[in-house]
Amino acid sequence: MEYFLQQLINGVALGSIYGLIAIGYTMVYGIIGMINFAHGDIFMVSTMISLVLLIALFSLGVTAVPIVLLVILLGAVFLTALYGWTVERMAYRPLRGSFRLAPLISAIGMSIVLQNYIQNAQGADKKAFTQLIPGGIEFFKEADFSVWLQYSQIALFTTTIVVLAVFTFIVTKTPLGRAQRACEQDIKMASLLGIDVDKTISLTFVMGASLAAVAGLMHLLYYGSTDFYAGFVVGIKAFTAAVLGGIGSLPGAVLGGITIGLIEVFFAGYVSVDYKDVAAFSILSIVLIFLPTGILGRPEVEKV
Amino acid sequence: MASTDTAAPVQTPPGAAPVEPSPVRQPHPAIALLKDAAMWAAVTFILTFPIVGFKTVARGGRYVFDNNVDVVLGLTAFVFLGRILLNLTIWRKPKTATARAASGTVLDTGWAAKARRLLVPVMLVVAVTYPFLAVWASGGLVTGRYWVDLGVLVMTYVLLGWGLNIVVGLAGLLDLGYVAFYAVGAYTFALLTMNFGLSFWMCLPIAGIIAALFGVVLGFPVLRLRGDYLAIVTLAFGEIIRLVLINWREFTGGASGINQIPRPSFFGLEFIPSGPTSFAEFFGIAFSPVHRLIFFYYVILALALVVLVVTIRLRRLPIGRAWEALREDEIACRSLGISVVNTKLTAFALGAMFGGFAGTVFAARQGYISPTDFTFIQSAFIVAIVVLGGLGSNLGIVLSSLVLIGGIEMLRNLGFVKAIFGSGFDPVQYRMLIFGIVMVIIMVWKPRGLISSRAPTVFLKEKKRVGADMISEGHG
Repeated sequence: MEYFLQQLINGVALGSIYGLIAIGYTMVYGIIGMINFAHGDIFMVSTMISLVLLIALFSLGVTAVPIVLLVILLGAVFLTALYGWTVERMAYRPLRGSFRLAPLISAIGMSIVLQNYIQNAQGADKKAFTQLIPGGIEFFKEADFSVWLQYSQIALFTTTIVVLAVFTFIVTKTPLGRAQRACEQDIKMASLLGIDVDKTISLTFVMGASLAAVAGLMHLLYYGSTDFYAGFVVGIKAFTAAVLGGIGSLPGAVLGGITIGLIEVFFAGYVSVDYKDVAAFSILSIVLIFLPTGILGRPEVEKV
Repeated sequence: MASTDTAAPVQTPPGAAPVEPSPVRQPHPAIALLKDAAMWAAVTFILTFPIVGFKTVARGGRYVFDNNVDVVLGLTAFVFLGRILLNLTIWRKPKTATARAASGTVLDTGWAAKARRLLVPVMLVVAVTYPFLAVWASGGLVTGRYWVDLGVLVMTYVLLGWGLNIVVGLAGLLDLGYVAFYAVGAYTFALLTMNFGLSFWMCLPIAGIIAALFGVVLGFPVLRLRGDYLAIVTLAFGEIIRLVLINWREFTGGASGINQIPRPSFFGLEFIPSGPTSFAEFFGIAFSPVHRLIFFYYVILALALVVLVVTIRLRRLPIGRAWEALREDEIACRSLGISVVNTKLTAFALGAMFGGFAGTVFAARQGYISPTDFTFIQSAFIVAIVVLGGLGSNLGIVLSSLVLIGGIEMLRNLGFVKAIFGSGFDPVQYRMLIFGIVMVIIMVWKPRGLISSRAPTVFLKEKKRVGADMISEGHG
């Protein structure tokens, strides 16, 4: 029972990270119908940026945890958003209106570029870091096993909920969100009605990348490690989460992320650690094949 | 590209030429140019400053920074000047829709058509004589080894590209897990020959058949999927195969793979220095390990030509036409009574079979295989070759293999780069980075690949080349 509860907490924590990244996938896929293959690597870049900022602050002598976190959060979000914007501008915007495989191939190219860029700039070694927020709440204490709710996990849950609320507000209530939803329905019509489509799409990428940055910082705080290849598998799982939750739905993305996180953690805990990624990929296939509209998604109408 | 259209009017400096009065005040071109370059230079600086400028290195139990700010400044200057140069040269012409459409629908006339017709036979002759040319031109078997090796590498990718072309180029099903079939072929051969002692030539068809079965296994569940979702599921399939290869240690040898795979023989003659069955002794020539490499080159070339002939012939058969119809419009296909199930499954099975062949040859050539040979990046390579070459174009695949694989490999020989950037600069370590950049650039420059027009298989009265803009694969 304690083991189960601990796995539950860990699963939700992992799933929150997936969910934050999945929002980026779901928004971009909703608006221009392409899988932003480089999004997982944008997440990886953000973990690296956070790491560099963290070390920079520490070596400058700033060690007060709240200040450090705030500075890193702002810095990482800004820089990662700029990365997202640049990637869209260079690799996707010139291909708008081109045939459908072109942006996907360009995105795969961009993913390779980002991975190798980081590998060359920061080295191929795994960067490990001690936990910035140590400790936690211990409950269900027994002789040999107790359930831990770490403070970093609490931070992760709070951040996810806050971010989800903020972004849901932006998408449903603000002019930008209205423009995004208009583009989602029909880009041509939206541009005829005076919506700056390029700007809206750019901002969508910026928003997605900012969320990836939040996820990146949380990932670094929670797991304390990163490397140049960290984005690939996480990215694919987050995409699964986006599809599972229903493309275009923000709460769906987080819900899907938590589902994937739980499945992965429980599979690793009860069945096999070696095959946990196989389980995740199988779920991806099963979801895409049998439930392509997801939990909270709208059915896609086949147009002729 | 410049974002200065909506920017506030910029004052012209006193020395500059007067700007023509117009209802909307345009900034002076030179200033717009500088502004654009400055903006991108600033973006480059901000992006690279933390990541490139400060390399985190673990030293003495904690992380410290290696200062690389000079590289950041170099990159910024490079972007600034590059942006100005590009704006003055390549990007000068306004890209209008009509101009793009016109460039997409060029019909070959005169010498261009003749050159195109000559290109294929010339390439064929070069391909057949390549190992001898390479050995002769580089002055001996020992020095020619590198070039023959490169030829084998490029040929392998041509073979893989032509195999995948059936799935992606003809049937329009984007398969990002093609490397799985390559892996299945390689492991089938390795396991059969290690456990049962079957020869290479016995294993080749078996590996092909097993890979084709895997193709059907993948094809069945994804029948309903299209476009990006199909791509992701095939990617997942490729990863599952790789993870199983890593974790099923008793069967596949796990992460350390299988080594000492027996090498194939040339009609019973082995590539060993001496003995009754030695290739070198039988023909009375001096032994050289390059002989085996040349033999592999021809095996791959023969397989590739088989794939080529099969592809060309199939395109004229009902099944080939069904593939192309499926690529253009799946719904129309279904309404015309074409069996989507059969069409898709045959495409997957055939493509997978050729991937299996390539895997067998790969395992036999290397003598050692491990799951690290079959990562997603390999699939990305093959898909990139097919798409960048121009979907469905066999010639385009050869060109893009030469450009991507051969060109990237050529980076190893660029000694002068070290002379420019200092001896610490090794172009080889940047080859994947350059590969990715080239991939993006080709896609942005020619979204339909290097050879984007195609010759129709069915035509009315006159055979015309179909321009890129008239082809709409991948919309389904």
